[in-house]
Amino acid sequence: MAEGDFEAPLLTLQKRLDEARAFPGDPAKEKEAAKLADELLKAQREIYGKLTPWQKTLVARNGNRPYTLDYVNALFTEWTEIHGDRRFGDDPALVCGFALYKERPIAVIGHQKGRDTKQKIYRNFGMPKPEGYRKAMRVMELAAKFRRPILTFIDTPGAYPGLDAEERGQAEAIAWNLREMARLQVPVIVLVTGEGGSGGALAIAVGDRVNMLEHSVYSVISPEGCASILWRDAGRASEAAAAMKITAVDLKGMGLIDDVIPEPPGGAHSDHELLFKNVDAVLDRQLEELLAQDAATLPATRYDKFRQMGRLGREFLEAPATV
Amino acid sequence: MAWFRREDASLPSGEQASRVPEGLWIKCGACKEILYRKEVIQNLSVCSKCGFHFRISARERLAMLFDGDWEEFDESLVSADPLRFRDTKAYAARLKDGKAKTQSYDALVSAIGAMEGQRLVIAAMEYGFIGGSMGVVVGEKVTRAIERALAESLPIVVVSCSGGARMMEGTLSLMQMAKISAALARLDDARLPFISLMTDPTTGGVTASYAMLGDLNVAEPGALIGFAGPRVIEQTIRQKLPEGFQRSEFLLEHGMVDIVVDRRELKKTLARSLRLLRA
Ligand SMILES: [Zn+2]
Repeated sequence: MAEGDFEAPLLTLQKRLDEARAFPGDPAKEKEAAKLADELLKAQREIYGKLTPWQKTLVARNGNRPYTLDYVNALFTEWTEIHGDRRFGDDPALVCGFALYKERPIAVIGHQKGRDTKQKIYRNFGMPKPEGYRKAMRVMELAAKFRRPILTFIDTPGAYPGLDAEERGQAEAIAWNLREMARLQVPVIVLVTGEGGSGGALAIAVGDRVNMLEHSVYSVISPEGCASILWRDAGRASEAAAAMKITAVDLKGMGLIDDVIPEPPGGAHSDHELLFKNVDAVLDRQLEELLAQDAATLPATRYDKFRQMGRLGREFLEAPATV
Repeated sequence: MAWFRREDASLPSGEQASRVPEGLWIKCGACKEILYRKEVIQNLSVCSKCGFHFRISARERLAMLFDGDWEEFDESLVSADPLRFRDTKAYAARLKDGKAKTQSYDALVSAIGAMEGQRLVIAAMEYGFIGGSMGVVVGEKVTRAIERALAESLPIVVVSCSGGARMMEGTLSLMQMAKISAALARLDDARLPFISLMTDPTTGGVTASYAMLGDLNVAEPGALIGFAGPRVIEQTIRQKLPEGFQRSEFLLEHGMVDIVVDRRELKKTLARSLRLLRA
């Protein structure tokens, strides 16, 4: 079986299960459905328990995974979206707003992808332009002003690599956010939900807690981009994905993220409700931890957190005097 | 016997046209003029006919900017290949090659010294070391250079010359952008000047972090400066990019760069700017 076809047996089982469930009240069909549900769960655990890094990349890109606004609907109330950077325009690829999370007022920032073709184009496939990053910074500054903790949701192939984005200073917009997020005097909690695409992801991901969903990925360049540079062959993306160590477990091992949030047995897209429950448990706990900390000390602990990245362990040895 | 010859064929593609070639006589890649090499070097590696700026090494840059001697620091930090990365060649071997080629353990040289009598820190990127790419060592060295400027209350100049983050260190490389930018927030809080000098090329994660965060963003003429590389953009928009797109002058016009300055005026301009900000 090709590496990308891992979902096929699950889809077949799901289809048979749906068919069996179409006859409620029929004891034979109900028995069959129960058996198929068991089989499906077993198969999901089997397949999702040993996804390769490239397969995780494909899961992270699955169009039925929850996107930022799905989390907003599921976890928050009184959502009020804020638009525009007050400089150039609005960017539908990055949504910002305020809401309540279990009665606590918060700010929400996140990449937004679309599901149908029209929405995908409207959301620019989740690839923000400078105005998106500048809008995010404006809302983060508002959050700091009114002492609202910030929750960010990361899911982007990367910042948009287009002519207009370059003209308006894509690099400057990202850089500015990196510097300013470092000194925000409110808690910042980051959740990588799908694709953590390089600088375009990091530009809203400098947080006190950085979490990843079990099958999300976070990388310096897409596996295809890496493969086309290193091997001049985008088809070797699977090798690149493995070599770059982009999975949640890998990054946790390197000390780059805090929590890996478990996904339902068949991945986030297979059971949104269960996923939201898992996410809620972590965000709620971390928010309480951070709200207990003196906000003025957050920039210093955040500094220490990022300061040690790549500094500890064998990757940071002093060279012998002569080599 | 040829009067001039092509540059060392072992250099990565893209670099050939940009460094001053070997040989007694050389040909300017831009105007095709035949030049006396020694004269080009004396002219700070700028073509005397067309003003083309050849790429120079980190230490040539330091020699050009500091008054006399300078003290290098953190020079022994070396990547230990955290991912045990291998593409067509082992990353460990690329690191060794880089060292042999540049006499540096990674793509940045940090130094402290004086410029027109003003003490300062200068960190200069070395393109000859894996395309000036930024991994953990570059991230750590820039951060330490900023922290040293903070500790000694000095201004800092960072000279960028880089294709961006280093793929062979994966997400660790990406995080260096956040680490360095956080250090720059502290420098900003301390009101110590940071001048970012962008040279050809400055792209990717380097541009999208410290290179764009200067109190002054200064660029050499004609340098490629951008977030995405021109080829990636052309693939995205499916059309050719206009002439001069993402060059220093383009960024000046679009408000992203404060000053475009000829290398022969560079030291004077930087020293004057620092005096105006600080003295
Ligand atoms: Zn010339």
